[in-house]
Amino acid sequence: MAAPGRAPGIKDAVAIVGIGQTAFARRLAEDERTLACRAVLAALDDAGIAPGEVDALASYTMEDTDEVELAKAVGFGDLTFFGKVGYGGGGSCATVAHLAAAIACGQATVGVAWRSRKRGSGPRPWTNTTAQLPTPAQWTRPFGLLRPADEVAMLARRYMHEYGVTRDHLFNVALACRNRANQNPAAVMYDRPLTREMYMTSRWISEPLCLYDNCLETDGALACVVVGRERARDCRQRPVYVHAAAQGLPAQHHGMVNYWTDDPLTGPAWTAARHLWRQSDLTPRDVDVAQIYDAFTPLIPLSLEGYGFCARGEGGAFTERGALETGGRLPVNTGGGGLGEAYVHGFNLITEGVKQLRGTSTAQVPGAATCLVTAGEDVPTSALLLRS
Amino acid sequence: MLTPVTDADGAPFWEYAARGELRVQACADCGEPRFPPRPCCPHCRSFASEWRPVPGRGRVWSYVVPHPPLLPGYAEQAPYNVVVVELAEHPRIRLVGNVVAHAGARLDSVDPGRLRIGARVRAVFSGGLPQWVLA
Ligand SMILES: [Zn+2]
Repeated sequence: MAAPGRAPGIKDAVAIVGIGQTAFARRLAEDERTLACRAVLAALDDAGIAPGEVDALASYTMEDTDEVELAKAVGFGDLTFFGKVGYGGGGSCATVAHLAAAIACGQATVGVAWRSRKRGSGPRPWTNTTAQLPTPAQWTRPFGLLRPADEVAMLARRYMHEYGVTRDHLFNVALACRNRANQNPAAVMYDRPLTREMYMTSRWISEPLCLYDNCLETDGALACVVVGRERARDCRQRPVYVHAAAQGLPAQHHGMVNYWTDDPLTGPAWTAARHLWRQSDLTPRDVDVAQIYDAFTPLIPLSLEGYGFCARGEGGAFTERGALETGGRLPVNTGGGGLGEAYVHGFNLITEGVKQLRGTSTAQVPGAATCLVTAGEDVPTSALLLRS
Repeated sequence: MLTPVTDADGAPFWEYAARGELRVQACADCGEPRFPPRPCCPHCRSFASEWRPVPGRGRVWSYVVPHPPLLPGYAEQAPYNVVVVELAEHPRIRLVGNVVAHAGARLDSVDPGRLRIGARVRAVFSGGLPQWVLA
């Protein structure tokens, strides 16, 4: 709580008061815009706020439903703040951070962030032979480093080589997410257990990453509603405060193929983490549960290091002895994450963080009062520290 | 197969590569090499740059072996290797490429089992692209 007389900031100044989602599936019949409308209206209904009160919107790139279409369809009033954050999955938490900044400094009062995707049934970039290469890709794509999985696998191989991280460590990550998805009826992987044998014998996608190191391809949409702390007290749900928020784009970073910094294994998570903890009353030891961006399993041990849950190089070992499972040292991705619930560019990690702090998760951590949520590591990223 | 879509900053790299030369951009004022190319030196902020020939020797910094689904031209050669090579003289200059049996050979012409991090490689050229052979 900000002390009286203190310079204003976003620390605990806003709260997430509504969350909404559609079904998650490999294929949904409705289009992205319709899914976006459904998720946004569900989130506003959860908060008990009328669409006409919304005056701020935030989304992130690769979102095809734009502000104008959304506002027109669901009947928002006058909007005074809207923005789209770059870099794909690195932008998820930044949407809430931008709304928090806008609300904390009086540019808006009720903000909505959302993500709608048809990644499961829509086209994939590597199936399109006529796709124009963005020029930054001139240094990688002609050589057959084509997909995000290939780009992350390159860092993963180096990471495994430098620190003795093994496929068993990556399996620990995949298993923790899958186990939580098995508890979550909304998850695509509900009731579909994963075994070590399935993992070790699955097909390669890009060695050293196999099928189960990769997130799902999912159709679905989610949204959340952000308001100032005063307003939050009048909402239908218990407020979940944004205690701290950060973005991170490290020096000399180059998109997802972050091979050209002095030290590619200390990626955007490290940059975001420094800012996040500096603004916070909490330390990593105070975090009860974490939702860590998991488009690929290696991103979790790398992020555990970046956000300070363990020392550099210890991310693999951290996953041992059930540390990421319920009851472990740091339960992660309690809805199943991108590996097990749905891959909707990480937005489900935000809503799951809210559910934990409301006490309504399908894999509830008893008494959870603090939750770290992160966006994509390896790309310019963002993070939220939520508290009840 | 994908060919590089170049921009003003990167075009010289590919022009030299088409002539069988490996060159990297360097600051004409402070001398710092930089990659990927860009308009301005991040060390001294000079806009003056030059393209410096570098001996095409390096070590494998990391590698991957992609499997389908992939673009058709690549799927036909999968599984193949993609490497990141750090240059012997400038370890922070790292180039993505492929280790092949000889210049112009298929992407799958070297058994991935022969690759390891730290392996020495040497640049060769084919079709305007640098490639790497085990040294
Ligand atoms: Zn310079």
